[in-house]
Formats: sequence, C-alpha cells, structure tokens
Amino acid sequence: MVHTEELNVIDDAEAAKKRALKSGWSARRAMLAEFWFYFSENKGAVIGLVVFVALVLVALFAPLLAPHSPTIQNRDALLLPPFWQEGGNAAYILGTDAVGRDMLSRLIYGSRFSLFIGVIVVSVALTGGILIGLIAGFFRGWVDIVIMRVMDVILAFPSLLLALVLVAILGPGLVNAMIAIALVLQPHFVRLTRASVLSEKSKDYVVSARVAGAGPVRLMVKTILPNCLAPLIVQATLSFSTAILDAAALGFLGMGAQPPTPEWGTMLAEAREFILRAWWVVTFPGLAILVTVLAINLVGDGLRDALDPKLKRS
Amino acid sequence: MFRFVLQRISLLIPTFIGVSIVAFAFIRLLPGDPILLLAGERGMTAERYAELQQVYGYDRPLLVQYGDYLWGILQGDLGTSIVTKRPVLSEFMTLFPATLELSFCAIVFAAALGIPAGVFAAVKRGSWFDQTIMGTALVGYSMPIFWWGLLLIILFSGILGWTPVSGRISLLYYFPQPTGFMLIDSLLSGQEGAFKSAVSHLILPAIVLGTIPLAVIARQTRSAMLEVLGEDYVRTARAKGLPPLRVVGLHALRNALIPVITVIGLQVGVLLAGAILTETIFSWPGVGKWMVDSVFKRDYPVVQGGLLLIAGLVMVVNLIVDLLYGLINPRIRHN
Repeated sequence: MVHTEELNVIDDAEAAKKRALKSGWSARRAMLAEFWFYFSENKGAVIGLVVFVALVLVALFAPLLAPHSPTIQNRDALLLPPFWQEGGNAAYILGTDAVGRDMLSRLIYGSRFSLFIGVIVVSVALTGGILIGLIAGFFRGWVDIVIMRVMDVILAFPSLLLALVLVAILGPGLVNAMIAIALVLQPHFVRLTRASVLSEKSKDYVVSARVAGAGPVRLMVKTILPNCLAPLIVQATLSFSTAILDAAALGFLGMGAQPPTPEWGTMLAEAREFILRAWWVVTFPGLAILVTVLAINLVGDGLRDALDPKLKRS
Repeated sequence: MFRFVLQRISLLIPTFIGVSIVAFAFIRLLPGDPILLLAGERGMTAERYAELQQVYGYDRPLLVQYGDYLWGILQGDLGTSIVTKRPVLSEFMTLFPATLELSFCAIVFAAALGIPAGVFAAVKRGSWFDQTIMGTALVGYSMPIFWWGLLLIILFSGILGWTPVSGRISLLYYFPQPTGFMLIDSLLSGQEGAFKSAVSHLILPAIVLGTIPLAVIARQTRSAMLEVLGEDYVRTARAKGLPPLRVVGLHALRNALIPVITVIGLQVGVLLAGAILTETIFSWPGVGKWMVDSVFKRDYPVVQGGLLLIAGLVMVVNLIVDLLYGLINPRIRHN
C-alpha cells in the first residue's frame, strides 16, 4: 500500500516535470510568437529579412546560380554593356568587366564574401566583447578601469583609419581586414555588456542566485548574460552591416580582399578607371553592397522595435 | 562647473597616453626593421646601420624610447616624413584646412537638411511623408559612400558636365592662400570666377561626406522631437491655443535640439573616417588622402603622427561636446 502511494507520488512528480517542461517549451513558443508579432508589425523589417534570406540562398547556391565562372576572362567580351543596352549580349545579363568576366557571376560569388565577412567579424567581436564586458562589469575595480580605458583608446580613433593602419601592419588581405574590423567594432559590445551587467547585477534574482551559492562563472554566464542579450543582438545586427561596409571600403582602398577575388569593394576599386566609360562595372557592385547593408539595417530596426520593451508599446 | 571641466579633462589623460602608446607601438609592430626600411632597396653597411640606430635611438630600452617619443610630442615634434623630409606636424597643418573646410561644409549640409526633415517627419508621424523621409534616411545610413561618390561623378561630371571630377579649384586660378580655406581665399583673391570654381569643386565631396551624418541627424531629430512632443509642457502650450508653428518651433525644437547637437558633435569621427574615402575619390588634398597615400608609400612616421593627431582631434572635439552638453544640461554636470 505504502509502496503504491510512493509510486503515485513519483508519478505525480514526473507528470509535473513533464508539464513544466511542456509549459517551458510553450512559454518559449509564446515568447517567439510575441517577438514575431512585434517584428512583423514593421513592414520594412520583414522586407529586409526576405532580402537577407534571399542573399543567403544566393551565397549558398552560388555555383548553381552563376551563369559563368567568376574568374575566367573572356577576351571576346571585354566591357560588354548589360543586355538591354546596345551592344549587349544576352549571355552576359549585367555585362562584363574590363577583362571580360561576367558581372552577374562575380556579384553572385561576391555575396559569399560579404556574408562571410559579416558572420566572422560579428562572431569574433561579439564573443570577445561579451567576455571582456562581463569581466569588467562583474569584477569592477582596477580590472574594469583598465579594460574601459583600453576601449576608450580604441574608440578615440576613427574606425576606418584604425582598421586601415592595422591592415598596414598585418599586411593587406581579407583575413587581416576582418581581424582589424573585428577589433575596431569590439568596444561597442564591451560597453553594452558592461552596462547591462552593472544594471542587472544588483537585482534580486542575481543576489538570490549568489546567496544560493552560484559561483562567479555561473552568475556571469547563466544568470546575468541571458538578460543582457536584447541590446547585444541589436548591436550585432548593426555591426554586421558596418563590417560589410568597412570591409568593402578597405577592399576599395586596396587594403582588403585582393584581386581577382570578386569581393564587391575590390570590384569597385578595379572598376574606378572605367567610371566614365562603363557605368555598369561601377554601378552594380555598389548597388549590391547598398542592398545588402540596407536589408540588414532594416532587420536591425525591426529587432530593436521587437526586443526593446521601452519602445514596445509607445 | 570648473570642477566638471577639470574632471572631464583629467579623464582624457589616460586615453591620450593610450593613444600615444598605440602610435608609438605602430612603427615597432610593423614587419621588418624600421632602419632597413629607411634604406629602401639600396641596403646599407653595418656601420651605417649602427650609426642610424643610434641617431634614431633604437638601441636604447623601449621605455626610454617611449619617454623620448612622448617628450617630443609635448614639444610638437612628431617626426619627419620619409618621402618629403618635412616635419609631420607642418605637413598636417598645411593639409588640415582642406579637410576642415570639406568637413564643415558637409556637416552644415547635413544639419541644414537633416534637422528640418526630422522635425517634419516627427510632426507628421506615420504619414507617407514621414515614411519616405525615414526610408531615405535609412538608405543614406546604409550607403557605401565611396560608391555614392563615384555615382555622383558619373551623373554630375560625366553625363551632365556640371562639376569637375577632382581637386579643390581649377588650375586656371593661382593665388596666395593666407587662410588655407579655398572658399575664403578665392574670395580674397578677387579673381573673377575663382570662388565659383572653388564651390563647384567642393559641392560633390561635401554632399558625399555629409550623407551619413545627414541620415543620422534626421533620425535623431525625429526621435528627439517625438519624445519632446509628448511632454506635458508641449501639451500645455497647445492647450493655451498657441499656434502649432510656435509650439513646434519654439517649445519643442529647442529642447529636442540638445541630443541633436550632441549627435552632430559626435559625427567628427564619422567625418574623419569618411574623409579618408571621400578625399581619395575626389583627389581632395586633405588629411584623409594624405594618410592613405602614406600607408601606400610606407611613409610610416607620417602614419604614426597622423594617427596621433587625428585621434587627438577626435578626443578634443568629443570633450568640447561633452562640456557643452554639461553647460546646457545641469543634471549631467552635478552627477
């Protein structure tokens, strides 16, 4: 008799746990639904998201989508205009560049570089920034002072100038450009994380976790960090577009990806001398940069509206 | 207030020391020996190498070298350009007016368009006008300005033939430049058409450089206005029956301008970074192009000195913005 009662209790506990798990899951789904509700209210953000997803697909399936190779030069088709202009060729929809490479194929492959740059730079800057910001905000004292002064120093330089000089030290190239840009963008994440940590640290739930015996690492990563994520996500989106812009600018100055890489900024640098003769070699790569950056910024605006509770119902 | 000023200035000192360490470390972090770099491809004898090492002080401990460097900075000695053999500081001073003139016109353009656009967007919140302005602002904010510059050149210089492609003034004009600002000097010169030429050279670069600040200012003005328009005192002013223009222009705008002015001040870093690209595209003989050229010519003392001067400039302007903000808003000052 006692035995079955015990079993019943265990069963009840199990069921409760299952219910809790289920409700945790549905709570998460409800949160997601709420997020989507606010995000989708912003039409621009939805358009931005669609464009961004399309870009990701283009980048993933570039070899299938590109009609030509991005690097093979065709001497019979130098500086051909787009197909709708006189002298254009339907085989090269957006025309060809000065050495007869297909513009459209180069643009399609270029999307891989831009998205890759954005993902890597933001991941590096975000991870580094969160880590350093957590340490500064959590430990305070001289650790905090030293970290924040170093960040002030980085922020004192115009970002593109510092990136340019760093690339001069490291040597021109895409990887070095990405390292430089990540370093330059990182202080924003440090500041944001530190500020959120400072405002969260004295709240009751953190104090009670500390009283319950949570160690510093657990407090930092599991207790505090999840509650600081909203502004970090918004900043990450904005940094994603900044990274693409800065990498393209470095490429344009000859300090980023090197030719014949079909990176959009590098393509613009190569096209500069034909600016008054062949508008298409200048127009399309820049348009690609603009559309990509604009789409990401639209998503960023939408994320801010959806994640920032202060602005939510105003 | 005096305490506040002193406190803000003292905060700058560690940052300045950090900036000087970055500039100092720059030459030493470069791959290769700085003295062999000086010799270029000719190479040099071992004695000459030792001699030069002594001349430049590279044989002494790093800390002593840094101390010397800092002492030199404080006396205005920022090294000598390898290419032109002129002091870095005097090169900077010759080129800086061009950048200042360009940046000033860019920010005036940005503020003159951005503030009214933001105010109207806020007043007509949600209308198609608001949406168009904010959409355009986001496009401007996302603009790769090096491409934007090329597009404007294609349109206005190539197709329409309205503006020149590069430089600060037509080669036809030659006159002394007492101020270094081409707009002023061309007026002072009294030569016919000189001022017009200077303006036509300036207009495209100023628009290109002002585009991102314009977008930022319009967005900031709109959100600041929206906040202020919801305040009680604005409602009171409306309730009293004051004309809408007076409410918006006098009561709301004056308070909304505080964050806007801060944002304008903080654009100096954006402007200097943008100047690197804009000056390169338009062959504008300013500090930004000088830095890019020096990086390519491996004129490292110039890069080092320029880095320090530009960072110093950004810091000083940010300090001024900070102090002005404290002056306008006592809450900041007494915190």
